[in-house]
Amino acid sequence: MADEVLRLEKVCKMYNVGLPSQTEVLHDIDLVLRHGEFLALMGPSGSGKSTLLNIVGLLDRPTSGRILIKGRDVGTMGDAEITHLRGHTIGFVFQQHLLISAFTALENVMMPMLADRGFPGPAIAARAQDLMARVGLEKFAGNLAMNMSGGQQQRVAVARALAMNPDLVRADEPTGNLDTKSADGVFELMRQVNREGGTSFLVVTHNMDLARRCDRIIEVVDGRIRPGSGAAA
Amino acid sequence: MNRWLPFEWITAVRFLREGRLQTLFIVSGIAIGVGVIVFMSAMLAGLEANFIKRVLTSQPQIQLQPPDQIARPLRSGPGEIEDAIIQRPSQRIISIDQWPKIREHLLAMPEVRAVSPTIAGSALAVRGDASRSVSISGVEPASYFQIVRIPEYIVAGEPRLTSEDILIGTELAKDLGATVGDKLNIRAASGPTRVLTVTGLFDLGNKGANQRNTYIALRTAQSLLGMIGGVTTIDVTIADIFAAETFARQIQASNVVQADSWITTNAQFFTAVQAQKTSNTLIRLFVGLSVAFGIAAVLIVSVIQRSKDIGILRAMGTSRGQILRVFLLQGGLLGFVGSLFGSAAGAGALVYWHSVLRQADGSEFFPLILEQRLFVATAVLATLTGLLAAMAPALRAANLDPVAAIRG
Repeated sequence: MADEVLRLEKVCKMYNVGLPSQTEVLHDIDLVLRHGEFLALMGPSGSGKSTLLNIVGLLDRPTSGRILIKGRDVGTMGDAEITHLRGHTIGFVFQQHLLISAFTALENVMMPMLADRGFPGPAIAARAQDLMARVGLEKFAGNLAMNMSGGQQQRVAVARALAMNPDLVRADEPTGNLDTKSADGVFELMRQVNREGGTSFLVVTHNMDLARRCDRIIEVVDGRIRPGSGAAA
Repeated sequence: MNRWLPFEWITAVRFLREGRLQTLFIVSGIAIGVGVIVFMSAMLAGLEANFIKRVLTSQPQIQLQPPDQIARPLRSGPGEIEDAIIQRPSQRIISIDQWPKIREHLLAMPEVRAVSPTIAGSALAVRGDASRSVSISGVEPASYFQIVRIPEYIVAGEPRLTSEDILIGTELAKDLGATVGDKLNIRAASGPTRVLTVTGLFDLGNKGANQRNTYIALRTAQSLLGMIGGVTTIDVTIADIFAAETFARQIQASNVVQADSWITTNAQFFTAVQAQKTSNTLIRLFVGLSVAFGIAAVLIVSVIQRSKDIGILRAMGTSRGQILRVFLLQGGLLGFVGSLFGSAAGAGALVYWHSVLRQADGSEFFPLILEQRLFVATAVLATLTGLLAAMAPALRAANLDPVAAIRG
């Protein structure tokens, strides 16, 4: 258990509970992610991948079951505690890059640290610059998102996800909107961060070539992890 | 990023800067509203100050007079009135009973600024073949001129009042063909006559008053009106002019006098002042409300437009409180910046209007009063209005579900 970053036990998610339109999206999901693991999450559209990823990212709560982040049960935590835990433990990369357009690339990377510490001290700027260099975009630090390509924006998003030095990065189809070359570059960047820093990754992808380069592949079908896929603890 | 500015400030300013056109329009709207408030408040303050100055420098705030003389009904027994009709007696000019004691009592009160005993009566002013009926006021210049600023209205001569002097209005001077240094015969209704020298001509800004009013020394008037040692009125000035009526009632309750304040003697004027204040308050309220709704509308749209940004911020660990403060700050900043432009525009319009608007005689229509506290109060109120208006959008932003927000 000591090296576990994430553990899901019997996690279920239902919408419209108690109404005629009640829908169960996830059924008894058990999943363990260890420190330094790089997992691919696959499955057809509507299978519950995004819901699972939102629950893993502490953006959504399960209807039943337990979530443990580094051994801590989040079920009893309030909103403020979950927000704090999310900010310090989990990094986010979205499919559509989702940089904040009012800020430059460097400032976007600074934002998680700024929100946490309150003031933009020199240490925050220095760390953001390091991360920009790490993703190979130090020359684009002052660019606004609209002045960068999709691949560059996604690299900035990866740098931002790493700002708080999280234990886990959950990435929702991070290469889904990129051309093959850019997709390969972004994926390799994440893999490199994983190998060098030991950060765990949970990546949703439809690209089998990329998935094969992950440590394990988990397939979600109809809200269940397909037996035989690599979810076993 | 400025290292001394907090996360909320930086984010709020960036959001406002990014939506430049939206921000420009709402700041302009707020500035127009604030400009109207500043312009109206300053102009009404000037008009009111002008009216009050005109009224209160030419008449006392509180005037004490002997109580009405009443007829005592003839009674046949306790509670039984013999005659059903009681005729009001004619009001003789009589002195206020124990007036020196009342004056001492008034002077000991902290809120009293000046007390002046006077004697008033009617007489005939005669010069050569011309004669006019006049109202004479016998005054002690040292104290009376603190209450009624006759020296400020002197247009010729000087405000000197020895026992042989008289100050008359410009209209009376015209009617009698008199000027400074001329002598007038003043004949009291009861018979006695004095020859007095015109030492000054005054213009009270009212033709009737300039025709009728005359001022002479108290002792001269006492002998002329046959009331040696007596006074018919005591004029009082206090610190708070709007407390005059309450103070008059207090004096009347503790002395055998009838006390009238400027508020009752100028009821129509006072009502006009109050009506102005009420309408100004209502206009401010409605302008403030429209500004508040404008800010709220713009911020609601901003919350919808920025829902993805809010979702990302929440995902990366920004608390609900921080999001709330980002949007509250935007409201406060819009109100504050709008108030700065509005104050400048309002003050500019007032200065222009003041230079253009003139009375028939060329004098200013209203005094230009631009008090610092008006601008400070406007800025504070506009900022608070902005904060309050931003409350609903800010709560909405803070309570956004991050998943739904990111999904858009």
